[in-house]
Amino acid sequence: MSSRASAPTRFWGWLREHAVMIVGLLVIAYMLVPIVVIFVFSFNDPAGRYNFTWVGFTLEHWKNVFGIPELNEALWVSIKLALLATLISTVIGTMMALALVRHQFFGRRAANFLIVIPMATPEIVMGSSLLSFFLILGTPALGFQTLLIAHVMFCISFVVVVVRSRLIGFDRRLEEAARDLGANSFETFRLVTLPLILPGVFGGAMLAFALSIDDFVISNFNAGTEVTFPLYIFGAFQRGVPVEVNCIAMILFGVTVVAMVFTTLQQRRAEKMASIRPEQEELPPGAVTEIAAT
Amino acid sequence: MGETLKRRAAAYGLLLPGTAWLVVFFLIPLYFLGRLSLNVNLGTYYPFDWHWQNYSDALGLYDTQFFRSFEYSIAATLICLVLAYPLAYAIAFKAGKWRHAMLLAVVAPFFTTYLIRTISWVTILSDESPVVDVLKFLQIAPDGRVLATAPAVIAGLVYNYLPFMVLPIYASLERLDTRLMEAAKDLYANTATTFLKVTLPLSAPGVVAGTLLTFIPATGDYVNAQFLGGSNNQMIGNVIQSLYLKQSDYPAAAALSFVLMAIILIIVLIYIRFAGSEALMGEEGAAA
Repeated sequence: MSSRASAPTRFWGWLREHAVMIVGLLVIAYMLVPIVVIFVFSFNDPAGRYNFTWVGFTLEHWKNVFGIPELNEALWVSIKLALLATLISTVIGTMMALALVRHQFFGRRAANFLIVIPMATPEIVMGSSLLSFFLILGTPALGFQTLLIAHVMFCISFVVVVVRSRLIGFDRRLEEAARDLGANSFETFRLVTLPLILPGVFGGAMLAFALSIDDFVISNFNAGTEVTFPLYIFGAFQRGVPVEVNCIAMILFGVTVVAMVFTTLQQRRAEKMASIRPEQEELPPGAVTEIAAT
Repeated sequence: MGETLKRRAAAYGLLLPGTAWLVVFFLIPLYFLGRLSLNVNLGTYYPFDWHWQNYSDALGLYDTQFFRSFEYSIAATLICLVLAYPLAYAIAFKAGKWRHAMLLAVVAPFFTTYLIRTISWVTILSDESPVVDVLKFLQIAPDGRVLATAPAVIAGLVYNYLPFMVLPIYASLERLDTRLMEAAKDLYANTATTFLKVTLPLSAPGVVAGTLLTFIPATGDYVNAQFLGGSNNQMIGNVIQSLYLKQSDYPAAAALSFVLMAIILIIVLIYIRFAGSEALMGEEGAAA
């Protein structure tokens, strides 16, 4: 069949063989087109205020990336907010994950439920209920504080899920060995437990940071007059988003890719050393995958 | 005995800060949302008064946006499923050494800000764009206008939530024991039968998780309708946002938000009842 098959038959055979892959690649193209557009339009020289149609190539906006004071300020607020929210939610979330994986106690099921529910609630409901809460209580005043409270709130669940998934395959005999060798609880935690769970904790922290710095809906409700990077973009939409926003988006994209590659390599090394899990997964998809699967 | 008590105390101690945060800033605010929805709007202040009329008023005024939200989000979820399944399947079984690269491509959109990604669709679908020229040529958009239409909003929703569909389906396919598929082939099942009787049922938890992770946020979304839709494509999220943040009609906004949550919760519960709870709670959660 193969040698005598005519060209069209062979073509259809090839197409049949690879149909799933072709569809898959088309879907990936659909997902990547906007990123390419953002990149290309960061070199655009728009005629008016709106950066929607291609006019001409310029490096002007890349040279002026940090030349818009309000934009810088918004970016700075977002970074501060994301760092703080990540720190708090990672500490709290890791503690919860440790409790859930390593201890049997009354109320475990309720605790699990409390962690899942925020992930299954539309952001607009979380944002509006938190705003209602602050409005009725009258305190704290809307601003950075309320943003921080909100961001920690929606990050906790994700940190717990990521860290927990890493803890499940944890070999507890390593801790027992440390105790047998005379380490006390604190030393065991610092010298054995923490280094082993650190990649998971780091993965959770990265996810929290990404969620926080990109959050729009919940921030929109609870920001008061404070402006974060996404809120700046939303506000600028009507009067025209400056091209510099595209440049900053591409910088953030680059930084994230580098951080992802770094974490993945780090994680691989840590897992090779401790062989926590028999089969290891990539961090970036793994992190999100596990949330989805949990 | 003392050891057990100490361990239990340690567990509660570890659990306390997170639980407290979630109770105070997630659960209790839901109560306040319900309470605010029963306040009377007197223009400048909003006393509590068991004012159930907020609900009938708000639903009477905004029922169109409510139905539209579910229409759009269900359409987006189904399209996501149709697009995501082949992609997840290709990554799990056909990609070989390209698997990691393809997964990276799936999560890459997360590395750029959600709002900018959505705005870049305004560029792609603007009246002068080559994409719209092609659609015009194919008679898909004969009047040459894609922005400010329902398909534009749905396309935006599909684009934004696609990774949430791909990843869980991929996760369940990847865990699948490929020997089962070989066994089906050995028993003379053809490709289609193998897929329908073996692969698809075994990936059901991923499909359930993916549809929920797409449907829930898509229903409450207002960014896509704001940027890509016109005044006839506003979703319930747009109404809630505007009532809260522009018109300060808090009771009506709270009532709509509460109803939105209730409807989504009911749909999710019914869906899980039929599809099994492992997808949402995880195997561990279902067993606990």
